[in-house]
Amino acid sequence: MSIWIDEASKVLVQGITGSQGTFHATRMIEYGTDVVGGVTPGKGGQVVELPGRDVPVFNGMSEAISQTDADVSVIYVPARFAASAIIEAADAFNEIKGGGLIVCITEGIPTLDMVRCVGHISKIPGIRLIGPNCPGIITPGEDGGCKVGIMPGYIHAKGRIGIISKSGTLTYEAVAQTMSVGEGQTTCIGIGGDPVSGTGFIDCLAAFEEDPETEAVVMIGEIGGTAEEDAAAWVADNFSKPIVGFVAGATAPPGKRMGHAGAIISGGKGTAEEKFAAFEAAGIHIARDPSKIGEVLLRVLVEAGLRES
Amino acid sequence: MRIVERQTRSRAGVNIHEYQGKALFREEGVAVQDGVHCTTVRQALDAYDSLGSKIVAVKSQIHAGGRGKGTLYDPNSGELVMEGGVKIAFDKGQVRDYASNILGNLLVTKQTGQDGKLVNNLYIEAGCEIAHEYYLAILIDREEDAILVMASTEGGVDIEEVAENTPEAIHKAWADSSGKLLPGASSSMAESLGLSGTSHDSFTEMLERLVSMFVSRDCSMIEINPLVRAADDSMIALDSKISFDDSASFRHPWRTEMRDLSEEEEVEVRANQSGLSYVKLDGDIGCLVNGAGLAMASMDVIKLYGGEPANFLDIGGGANKESITTAFGIILEDPNVEGILVNIFGGIIRCDMVARSIIDASREVGLSVPLVVRFSGTNHVEGRTVLEESSLEVTTVSTLAEGAEAIVAALEGARV
Repeated sequence: MSIWIDEASKVLVQGITGSQGTFHATRMIEYGTDVVGGVTPGKGGQVVELPGRDVPVFNGMSEAISQTDADVSVIYVPARFAASAIIEAADAFNEIKGGGLIVCITEGIPTLDMVRCVGHISKIPGIRLIGPNCPGIITPGEDGGCKVGIMPGYIHAKGRIGIISKSGTLTYEAVAQTMSVGEGQTTCIGIGGDPVSGTGFIDCLAAFEEDPETEAVVMIGEIGGTAEEDAAAWVADNFSKPIVGFVAGATAPPGKRMGHAGAIISGGKGTAEEKFAAFEAAGIHIARDPSKIGEVLLRVLVEAGLRES
Repeated sequence: MRIVERQTRSRAGVNIHEYQGKALFREEGVAVQDGVHCTTVRQALDAYDSLGSKIVAVKSQIHAGGRGKGTLYDPNSGELVMEGGVKIAFDKGQVRDYASNILGNLLVTKQTGQDGKLVNNLYIEAGCEIAHEYYLAILIDREEDAILVMASTEGGVDIEEVAENTPEAIHKAWADSSGKLLPGASSSMAESLGLSGTSHDSFTEMLERLVSMFVSRDCSMIEINPLVRAADDSMIALDSKISFDDSASFRHPWRTEMRDLSEEEEVEVRANQSGLSYVKLDGDIGCLVNGAGLAMASMDVIKLYGGEPANFLDIGGGANKESITTAFGIILEDPNVEGILVNIFGGIIRCDMVARSIIDASREVGLSVPLVVRFSGTNHVEGRTVLEESSLEVTTVSTLAEGAEAIVAALEGARV
């Protein structure tokens, strides 16, 4: 088991004929993802030759979903067109299948475009958006698995730890930390570092709570906003599995944006200290050094009786 | 991940001066006082004559708040010149005095840091008979994924203090991305501020125009502090602090003209142009990292092991030899840097490519401080081998904690 994607997921790539789209569609197929088609307006009818399969290109999402029965779409479309791509995917999934998962990798989408997107999607119950500005989502399998995004697949292995993170490479660090103590992952989700985005910590945690194979969670936050505090408050009342948490940006100066559009301490709010404190208050086991996430996870699993040593 | 045609990265946000913000307000039909932008004392005196107002405000123009309570210093001698960066002048002589004290001097406010900002621009604005001061701000509500309007009857003061001490004095309303408030929201906000009659209607009209402007111009914040009710009951924006979402700059070419490069950190601008994201800090350990979250985490771990990070630097997913060389150059421009920690988790970026770039870059920039490199992920073994087989003096490690420990120790060793 896993959450939201597995080896049966059929994936479309929006922007498949662009250099990034083609590159990552190739890596996804190599990992084992079932890439069933791509969308690039004006290039419908073409075929993209990827390892072991010729992937058909469609002009629009409606046609692509009807023809391929896809249930997931991943977006590698330039920032100025990305919001329209998300909305097109949401409407098409809703109309044809009554739902679907959309993963948007693109960085630098105008914030008000995302306000419009999130407002639109929130009215459609079956649609889930992950991102934007994120590495995507991956469910490792026995041999390969399902990778929808840009993360290096080979660092993962099937296991029982769920991972949620606002970051890209720091997520890989968390994955490596679980591996360093011999633990694999059920599903890893990068929710992205933009101020306005789709799926948040709580959505992921709720899904991990329901997933019988996920036995513990690693949660990586960063400065800015109050998503970590809100998640911690939710965890205290609703989450039964152990969580190890880290927050990046304890040394970040106030008022400065640290790379991610949302990573900013403004008006004294959104500091790492507040977030660590909220984690601790909710019973989340914190690691102040991300190189120690593995160590803390091991201790927590032993304490919970989930591992001998 | 950047999937865009351009190589540059979004800057931290685009800020403009008060006088530019007020020009936009005029275009949008938001009431402001008459005013003139000046860069010399002569222009300020002419402005006084042309405004035809006995009393005027002489206002320093810098991209930072707290100007009124700031202090002006002579940039050469460091001597105090004047208290207050915003002054009310009652005659032409005072305009001359204030303008001379402001232009060419450093204004230090609680938002500028102790170095302050050089004031090159001045705004002379007609006086206004104030009945009451209010606070108004429009921004993105990250939790609600919507546009948030905040208003308070406690204008002219520090809103963060109001939020801390009397949160009930702050009234809120939300708008969606179409730029329309819910029906009745502006009216009920006016009522919560105690406005009625002319001032009520003046406020609701202004608020609707501002929210619509927030959307049409892709703002990330509009703050008016104070927004005033004048003696004739009309509402006037007596201040303007506007910042724009840089991700949307491609659809607002007019912003280019409003950019004041002297207000931006030159090195941060240069870093952005090379696809890097850089923020200077006060410590002595330079960091070069791929990914924003990992870059922050690297700073944090340096601190945990007793060091002080000199910068935040994310080389981004599209880094190459050129951008890595630029990154080294930028780190070493900071005279405080006494050592560098490179932390790369290879994904799309391959560690062996980074290793070769480090060797080339260190030759090019003449690296003379201790260097610690941590590679993980794609081709990390090859990357380490490349470094170890080179003539470069470098310590290679496999975890971030080891990296932080090694660079802190190297600096301590160099000091002994």
